[in-house]
Amino acid sequence: MAVPLLSLIVFTPAVGAAALMFMRNDDVVRWTALGVTILDFALCIAMLSGFDTSTYGMQFTETRPWVPTLGITYALGIDGISALFVFLTALLGWICVLASWTAIDRKVKEFMVSLLAMQALMLGVFCALDLFLFYVFWEAMLIPMYVIIGVWGGDGRVYAAFKFFLYTLAGSLMFLIGVIVLYFHGGETFDIRTLMAQDLPFQVQSWLFFAFLIAFAVKVPMVPVHTWLPDAHVQAPTAGSIILAAVLLKMGAYGFLRFSLPMLPEATVHYSTLMLVLSAVAIVYGGLLALAQDDLKKLVAYSSISHMGLVTLGIFTLNLRGLEGGILQMFNHGVTTGALFLFVGLIYERTHTRSIADYGGLMKVAPVYTALLALFALSSMALPGTNSFVGELLVLSGAFAANLAVGAAAVLGALLGAAYLLGMYRKVALGPVSVGLRFKVRDVNAREMAAILPLAVFVLWVGLYPRPFLEIIDASVKHLLAQVHSRGGAQ
Amino acid sequence: MISIRPLLAVAVAVLAALAVLLLNKRVKLRDAVSPVASIAMFAIVASMAPTVLAGGTVDLRLFEILPGIDFAFRVDALGMVFATVSSLLWIAASIYSIGYMRHLNEHAQTRFFACFATSLAAAAGGAFAANLFTLVIFYELLSLVTYPLVYHHEDEEGWAGSRKYLVYLMGASKSVLLAALALTYQIAGSLDFVPGGLLAGVNASAQLLTVVYFCYLFGFAKAAVMPMHAWLPAAMVAPTPVSALLHAVAVVKMGVFCVLRVVFHVFGVGLVGGLGLGIATAYVASFTILMASIYALTRDDLKARLAYSTVSQLSYVVLGAVLLSPVAMVGGIIHIAAHAFSKITLFFCAGSIYCASGKRNISDMAGIGRRLPWTMGAFFVGSLSMIGVPPAAGFISKWYLVLGSAEAGETPFLIVLLISSVLNAAYFLPVSYAAFFGTEAQESPPTVREIPMLTIPLVATAILSVAMGIFPDYFVALAERIVR
Repeated sequence: MAVPLLSLIVFTPAVGAAALMFMRNDDVVRWTALGVTILDFALCIAMLSGFDTSTYGMQFTETRPWVPTLGITYALGIDGISALFVFLTALLGWICVLASWTAIDRKVKEFMVSLLAMQALMLGVFCALDLFLFYVFWEAMLIPMYVIIGVWGGDGRVYAAFKFFLYTLAGSLMFLIGVIVLYFHGGETFDIRTLMAQDLPFQVQSWLFFAFLIAFAVKVPMVPVHTWLPDAHVQAPTAGSIILAAVLLKMGAYGFLRFSLPMLPEATVHYSTLMLVLSAVAIVYGGLLALAQDDLKKLVAYSSISHMGLVTLGIFTLNLRGLEGGILQMFNHGVTTGALFLFVGLIYERTHTRSIADYGGLMKVAPVYTALLALFALSSMALPGTNSFVGELLVLSGAFAANLAVGAAAVLGALLGAAYLLGMYRKVALGPVSVGLRFKVRDVNAREMAAILPLAVFVLWVGLYPRPFLEIIDASVKHLLAQVHSRGGAQ
Repeated sequence: MISIRPLLAVAVAVLAALAVLLLNKRVKLRDAVSPVASIAMFAIVASMAPTVLAGGTVDLRLFEILPGIDFAFRVDALGMVFATVSSLLWIAASIYSIGYMRHLNEHAQTRFFACFATSLAAAAGGAFAANLFTLVIFYELLSLVTYPLVYHHEDEEGWAGSRKYLVYLMGASKSVLLAALALTYQIAGSLDFVPGGLLAGVNASAQLLTVVYFCYLFGFAKAAVMPMHAWLPAAMVAPTPVSALLHAVAVVKMGVFCVLRVVFHVFGVGLVGGLGLGIATAYVASFTILMASIYALTRDDLKARLAYSTVSQLSYVVLGAVLLSPVAMVGGIIHIAAHAFSKITLFFCAGSIYCASGKRNISDMAGIGRRLPWTMGAFFVGSLSMIGVPPAAGFISKWYLVLGSAEAGETPFLIVLLISSVLNAAYFLPVSYAAFFGTEAQESPPTVREIPMLTIPLVATAILSVAMGIFPDYFVALAERIVR
């Protein structure tokens, strides 16, 4: 291994953030941030082009001793599941920079530094193969996110940032306890690959399962620990919302996939019905809440709860279709909901209102914007031909195999999704032009288009030709299922 | 055989839509696009007919979407029936639309023609889809692009009607249809259309299969089987050419087409019969036939009466298929064509009356036949076909249906067919009678006269309805291929 590619991917944004600190001109800061994130994205493409889809093993691994006395190493590596999210994170990195170009007009340098630091840490989470290293990245993420919401957020930013911090910290505390227990029961090692091979007693697995459940459920978020999400989303600046929705929410589901399933297979199988029911509750409850919203951002935020419910549902079906669908749906949700937050941000920049009641007839004022909004709204409601439909079909098909009632609840969530998204679109885009929109709205410009179009490409690409994406995760998912069922027993 | 022609048929309509958008400002050129594209599309469809009539299929597999699911086209006899009807009627509808939109000086004509062309692309794509996944992509596309056509007038009524339209169609497909698809994929591991039935011989409980079946029947809400019919009368707020599109060319035809696909190629005749689903569906369809006819009797708005008539006539198609006797199935399939030719004539007439005189209600139409002899003559021909009087097309399909229900030994449905024919006569003939023999309440102004751009297409479709009655061989041959 000549080039430590993963280290490059993780630390490029970090180095970029450090370099930004020495710049003065806001425009130079913006262009540098854009350059750094695009470079990082290019490195990711290089990584994917060298990625071997035929094996489940960790690839591009790097191991260096860090704190040998405690068994802590600096170990990076990715399998198919993490590769997909490294790619997603790097993709959204430069889209976030573009989305903040004019939306952030004060303390630009500090904002971009936080953004890049955030990206480095998120990439670190997905690449870490050492539990301690993982925990460091996981916890450190809180700081730039707290700053992004708390400094550049809306009027209630301090409250929202604090709530976000408290919830996640409480979850992380449980995670830390779990990590320590795992360390002692798993042979005093932090190596994730070694820990996956351990056969823990069921009692220990159960306790760990619930500790991890609390930690990850806050991140996903699952009902009833979701209440930080709407506040955080509404107050966060656009780029913050995109990161939150597209990547941070995935961390919880990723935690289940990386820790709960392979390390605690017996407990996973034993409690899978509970998880299916919790997921179904989140799908329906999130959908109902979204239906009742007048604030565009809140609507998208609550829809995230519903859609992430579909992800955890897919994961805990513990069958191939459900798992692959769930993971694909994580990617889809990142693309689509990221885009929806971007769209809310774009229109908010122009009109300074997010209340659906203030809109109407936007199609006549900004036709390109509304046409593209339609694409992402339809993608979010999983219209056949778009990315989410493929994921949804897989998850539902897996869900029906696991539990008919839970599958039916998930279908109800899909119906609710159509109701709130089409309802929102009809009120915002169609009908007579509302008073507030008569003169001050311009359509999307080239910079905004550059942020939107790549996401639009993924909507249709995954919708019609998801095979490359499924191929990336396929071997890893099959191996994960084998791990769960060989030791946890079949369902 | 493998050919790119199914894709080409879809592409022609998509390109037509793009051309319409690009020629936004150049009205004459823009309006010429649709007729030219419709003729091209019909030619492409017709060029595949010999292969299909000879028992072959035209295949085009593009790529794999998921394991067991391809994005693929396969032109078979059933798809050919639907595609022939819609591409042929698009020619008439495109000319009629130009006349209608110009005469009334409608707004947003570019959007109208672009959406119209795209809906034809969706119809062709659906007709040629080789599996459920490909089919629903085009099915949903059709719902979406017809939505702006339904709210075209953008008034209170338009928003309310189009809302109902979308709520019903999307609601059904995002709930029961989605469940049916996921369950089918889970049970069969594929979504392909298989002669004899994809689900025939799978390992699944009868209860589950029954649930899946009814999820399809009501999930394809475009078939307007009660209680999923209310969107159709609500969509009457659209301009008349759109009603023609909805009722004859694409939308409802897509609905019954999907139901037939499910009966023939997803479940298969054997499984539908074995589970007793055929008779159950036949009762639902019979109820729809009779109820909708009674609704139609009570409507004075001509388009509303026609709309309920469509609800009723669609269930003939469903009824024919689920009686599961070969003759009845042939009757159901060819009724797709017979109903399309006659119903488009009737809608064209309603639009022609409206353009010429501004009248919508039947009670105001007394004596109008003397002003609009061609229109009302065509209306009479269309009515006769709906009722099932020889030599019009409706007679042939009803003949097969009646024979088929006798063959299946199902007398109740025979009676339903006869009663409904009487009802058809009861709500259609008074219109023609009043138009020709009634006296006008007040003298109409001389401006009430035939508009050539409207009259020519409607006379042509009236001739088509009779021609199909006299020469039904093409559609009968296709239908027999499916049933065999």
